[in-house]
This record gives sequence, C-alpha cells and structure tokens, in this order.
Amino acid sequence: MLMFGCASQPSNLYNSIGGKQTVEKIADHFVDEIGNDKIIITYFAKSNVDRFHQSFITHLCSIIDGPCKYEGDNLREVHRGMNITEGDFNRIVDLLINAMRAAGLTHRERNRVLARVAPFRKEIIYH
Amino acid sequence: MVKYFIIRLLNNNLLITIILGLTVSNLPSIVYAADGKLISTTGVIQVEGTGGSGIVPWATLSGYDSREQISATAFLTRATVTDYELDIVGVSASFYDRVEVSFAQQKFNIDATNDEIKQDIIGIKARLYGDVVYSTWPQVSAGIQHKILKDSAIADALGANDSDNGTDFYLSLTKVHLGAVFGFNALWNTTFRYTNANQLGLLGFGGSDDDREIVLEASAAILVNRYLAFGIDYREKPNNLDTTEDDWKNLFVSYSPNKFVSLTAAWLRLGTIAGVDNQNGFYISLTGHF
Repeated sequence: MLMFGCASQPSNLYNSIGGKQTVEKIADHFVDEIGNDKIIITYFAKSNVDRFHQSFITHLCSIIDGPCKYEGDNLREVHRGMNITEGDFNRIVDLLINAMRAAGLTHRERNRVLARVAPFRKEIIYH
Repeated sequence: MVKYFIIRLLNNNLLITIILGLTVSNLPSIVYAADGKLISTTGVIQVEGTGGSGIVPWATLSGYDSREQISATAFLTRATVTDYELDIVGVSASFYDRVEVSFAQQKFNIDATNDEIKQDIIGIKARLYGDVVYSTWPQVSAGIQHKILKDSAIADALGANDSDNGTDFYLSLTKVHLGAVFGFNALWNTTFRYTNANQLGLLGFGGSDDDREIVLEASAAILVNRYLAFGIDYREKPNNLDTTEDDWKNLFVSYSPNKFVSLTAAWLRLGTIAGVDNQNGFYISLTGHF
C-alpha cells in the first residue's frame, strides 16, 4: 500500500464527503454491520478483519478520487471461491448504505459512492 | 406461498387471495418474501399486470427476487377519468429474476351507459440481459401479453377487426443511473410494443384490418430518496378505429416504505377514448410483495 498526498480538487467526491475521517468512519460502521449480520458474517469466517478493514479503506478511498492507491489483490481474486450470490451481494450493499448513513453521508452522497462501487459487482459475485 | 397463489388463482377468487395474502404478509415467520434487490428497484405493476410503472411495462420483473429466489406479487388498481373507470386486480410470480408470469383482470366502466367491459390478460416476460442497477448497459426483457376480451359488443359496434382476443409482444430496456441527477438516482425505460390492441384491447383488436404495428412507450423517473419516486410515462397508441385513440401520458409518484408494499398515484391524461375527448383523471395502485 502506498499513500501519497496530492492537491485537492473541488469536485472530488473523497473531499466532498469529508476525506480520510469519513472513509474510516464508513469502514468502522461497515465492519460493525457485517459483524451483526448473521448471513454476511459467514463469508468472513476465514478472514482477517483488520486486514479487510484496512483494504476496504484504501480501496474505497482510491475509487472515490482519494489520494490512495489500492495495491492489494484485485477484487476478483479476493472473492474467488466465496461464491457470493446476487441476493447476498445486494444485502451487503444494504449494509454499506447503513454504514454510510451512520457515517453521516447524505442520500445524494451515498448514491454517488454507490455509483463508484457498482461496477465492481461483476468481480465479486458468483466465483 | 406461490403454490398457494396458483391454487387460489385456479379457483378464481382473486380478491380473497389478495386480502388473505396481505394479511398473511404481516406474519414474517410464516411468509417467505424475496428481498434480494435494492428497495424501489423493482418498479410497480402496470395496467396490464406486468412489472413496470403505471401504464408502461419495464424490463424489471415484478418481484424482489434475485437469481436464487422466487417471489409473488399481487396488486389492485383503480383509474378514474372524466367518463370512465378502470378497475384492475392481478397476481404475478417471478422466478429467479429470470421469468415473470402474470394474470390480470380488467373491468372497464362507461359512466354514460353503465356498460361494463371485462378483459383478462395473461402475461409472460423474460429477462434477456443485464441488471437494472449494476450492468453497464440497460436491463433488457421481452414479453407477451395475451388479452381475452370477455365483452365484445362495443368492440364490434366500433368496427374492431377482432373482438375476442389479441396478443401483444414487447421489448423493454430499463436502466437506473446511480447518483446521476444532482446525486439522485434516475431511471429511464423504453418499450417497443408490437400490437393491434385498441385502448389496451378493451375496444377490440385492429380496425378495418389486422393493423398490427410497433408503438413506442417510455418512462423516466427520479428517486428522491430510497422510498419515493417521481416520474412520467408516455404510451403511444395504435389508433386503429374511426373513433380517435390518443397517446397516453401520466405523472406518477410511487412510495415503497418497505419491500412488502408500494403505493402509486398518478395524474392521467388519456385524451379521447371511444369518441369522448379530454379524459383526464387519477390512478391509484397498491402492490403487495410476498
């Protein structure tokens, strides 16, 4: 993982939702939401939660124009063998929405983040 | 639950089914409800009984089922315009987010003469490609609506080519764009329908000839939050009879407080129907998911 600073842009989604602090808050709440969901938690049975937490922060930061570069395994590799169903994926999205709400994002900010997350679905489900 | 619905459907006690269904749905321990999609992304049930908005079929299926789930949906609709009313009840089942089957009963009342026209519509729709929210390109579905007109006298009197039954074929493309309009989610739908149905089929099929043609239907909506959507529908009509048939337009608002129920209201501008012009009015529809 490599972090580097760069000049902030006014239309930058990362900055507009509150930057590093907000992304970390989303990750904290997301981990809580997953821990409290009896279906989704089963996917994390063999996972290192701290590692997931850190990777999630870096990945989210990188896809919403933040000053981070995600250098972990690509999402297809990360989810290989988990055979995540479409229904459970949508359930995880609901948990992420809850986490973003808990972190103080408005409805419109949540939609903008989801728009960045949505293209990764095909790398996550059914393999 | 689905089996139960089909048995009741065979007995043709639609209204009882719906009332029982709505009551039972309050008991989560008994009822299986598909919940594998994001709330408000299924649309509602349109006037011919398939998943869509008020008057236009969408590529979305009627339920919240994902690829591992089955769902059942029931709806009640009343449309009231200046000189007519249309009451519709129907049920549908959606399998594995792939195929939807539907059955709807329409009852059209003509205020001036107290005449009543009944029509049954059997529908099937298959999702051919994509996911309305997640795929890069729109979700695409193809469907068939077979319409059985129970009361033929008015269709015959107006000169319809066929006053017994007709079949519509359609192809729908639907896409949700997340956060696309000032951060709000936006939806659009385009439907191409191959049809000769006059006023949905209530006034028969075709005019002096069979008169089949492709008509265009479209919807656009904004989801102002997770539960509330505002939108517009436009439906081109075939206009086969000597009495003018105008294109239909509406403005709708749809409220889905949870994945069990949604309520839709619309303001209708339906133009000329059976020789009487300026048919404006309101539409209210209740959808229940099981």
